[in-house]
Amino acid sequence: MKKFQTFTGIVAPLDRANVDTDAIIPKQFLKSIKRSGFGVNLFDEWRYLDHGEPGMDVSKRQINPDFVLNQKRYQGAQILLARDNFGCGSSREHAPWALQDYGFKVIIAPSFADIFFNNCFKIGLLPITLDHTLMNRLFNAVNAVENYALTVDLASQALTTPDGEQFTFAVDAFRKHCLLNGLDEIGLTLQHAEKIKQFEQKRRAEQPWLFDI
Amino acid sequence: MNTNEYRSIRLMQKTLYDKLWDQHVVHAESDEVNGMVLLYIDRHLVHEVTSPQAFESLKMAGRKPWRVDSILAVADHNVPTTDRAHGISDPISRLQIDTLDQNCAALGITEFKMNDQRQGIVHVIGPEQGATLPGMTVVCGDSHTSTHGAFGCLAFGIGTSEVEHVLATQCLVTQKSKSMRIAVEGELGLGVTAKDIALAIIGEIGTAGGTGYAIEFAGSAIEALSMEGRMTLCNMAIEAGARAGMVAVDETTISYIKGRPFAPQGELWDRAVKYWRTLRSDPGAAFDRTLVIDAAGIRPQVTWGTSPEMVTTIDGFVPNPADVTDTIKRQDMEKALQYMGLEPGMAIQSITIDKVFIGSCTNSRIEDLRAAAQVVSGKHVAPSVKLALVVPGSGLVKHQAEQEGLDKIFLAAGFEWREPGCSMCLAMNDDRLNKGERCASTSNRNFEGRQGPGGRTHLVSPAMAAAAAIAGRVVDVRTLN
Repeated sequence: MKKFQTFTGIVAPLDRANVDTDAIIPKQFLKSIKRSGFGVNLFDEWRYLDHGEPGMDVSKRQINPDFVLNQKRYQGAQILLARDNFGCGSSREHAPWALQDYGFKVIIAPSFADIFFNNCFKIGLLPITLDHTLMNRLFNAVNAVENYALTVDLASQALTTPDGEQFTFAVDAFRKHCLLNGLDEIGLTLQHAEKIKQFEQKRRAEQPWLFDI
Repeated sequence: MNTNEYRSIRLMQKTLYDKLWDQHVVHAESDEVNGMVLLYIDRHLVHEVTSPQAFESLKMAGRKPWRVDSILAVADHNVPTTDRAHGISDPISRLQIDTLDQNCAALGITEFKMNDQRQGIVHVIGPEQGATLPGMTVVCGDSHTSTHGAFGCLAFGIGTSEVEHVLATQCLVTQKSKSMRIAVEGELGLGVTAKDIALAIIGEIGTAGGTGYAIEFAGSAIEALSMEGRMTLCNMAIEAGARAGMVAVDETTISYIKGRPFAPQGELWDRAVKYWRTLRSDPGAAFDRTLVIDAAGIRPQVTWGTSPEMVTTIDGFVPNPADVTDTIKRQDMEKALQYMGLEPGMAIQSITIDKVFIGSCTNSRIEDLRAAAQVVSGKHVAPSVKLALVVPGSGLVKHQAEQEGLDKIFLAAGFEWREPGCSMCLAMNDDRLNKGERCASTSNRNFEGRQGPGGRTHLVSPAMAAAAAIAGRVVDVRTLN
């Protein structure tokens, strides 16, 4: 995982609640056995007017000009503003993969679905939760100002607006540490290998029926 | 007793979730309450869609699975439900399933292959095989892993990075959720099922109502449910936003497990049962949120929109967005009605149906098929219905249904009787809705495009789906002749 570094990025607004993982990346693209290449199919059913299937030549597809990410002013966006319960539905990590592959580094919403929220951290995509009042202010600001950009500083847990105003956000200390240092979580866990083995031995003695397939 | 004494007694009273959690904590990353911990995983279920990237990364890092005998694998999402004699025609689906086969063979992982009679939907076969047992932590790269909580397990869906993490370490780095108790008290009315309880709860608390919580379903109506019903309910916990749903262990749980292939036997069985009986919330244990629902007040449920919370009762009407003051909610309703091709104020029972799907990890077990067969017996699918599908949850469910003659009832009524898999719940194989087609479905999600691009889903119980197939429209199963 890459280290999460402070950056300033264009913000795109996706103004609807309950955006589900089927909308983020439709199931036909889940047949891939790879981890990359999902960005061109992010929000496929909203982003294109024709029906998408894996392997299609994207340059020949019909773009939906009304979809927010297709608008010129949001090209190159790295921060997505969203509404409540973003990422609800399935556990597919393909959803955060698609967002990251498209170019997003941060998703800001008033609330996220649990599994999606968790999956984001595992790949270095930062989900930030802000309250509804702040979210409304950000949506208004992004709609009003072209090329509206925010600076995201994870170390100090702060967002800075173009006017220099700062909002702080909460993040779990362990997750922050992993993101900032680009740590391999499996490697970290394996540092506790002895402890896991001891735990397992005890468990096997107490409940041997759990250890049999 | 003084306040301190009271407090310490309260702290000693544990919820079922507390007990399951405490049993599995290997290490805490920090001293914080509800900080990250290393949680031990007893059972890892694997399917073809969310595992290939995990196996690949594991291999690239030069790692091996920590404990192969914790893993059970099956292909379910992509498999065809028609004749399998000639394999899979879609080359991309075939590659994904071949990849699972190869990974399992290379690592010595137990897998039920496509033509094995034990193959089926991962959340059907785990319990069916006794691979899901009370007191376990069960994970799978699939959000409907919450299903297994019906057995007094802590079961939840994970992403692919976590699949790799569990493969490599037998643990997850995770955080304890808050606890919610939903008590459904009293008796369900005739024709009202676990599916209706699930949808009624989601209608009440919303699809984000359970976000950040593990839900325990309790109360006399839950105690009266079969294991199939409890699985349906826990399956839908994720649609209420909760990663995990669970039900305490009782005699129904224990008698379901007895004699299953991977269940303990003899002296171990007695030891296991003794422990399993402790897997219930202590009287007076504190929950972060509690909710009580009157079972008798629940009527058959039908969704009208593109989120499971967009639901009403069979005698209800399509709501009017103009009545909603919240702007975002109103816009979402308008978008949903436009997508669904419905007008505000329409009677739910006036909605006509093009296709019917009876299946999915929510409702494809023997009891579901019996309930649907009972409704269609001696009747015929309406001529306006283009396709009525029954997709059993596993080869063994299919076999049992055939032993009971249910296949003949469905076939005589004009249904198709298919091979097991996820099928039209998410349309990764050839079973799907075409643009604009409307389906009465026993699955779990009515999201845009879920059952096929442009397809329109109405979530219902198996009996209600069967009734819709016969009537050609959404109809009250309780009044169908």
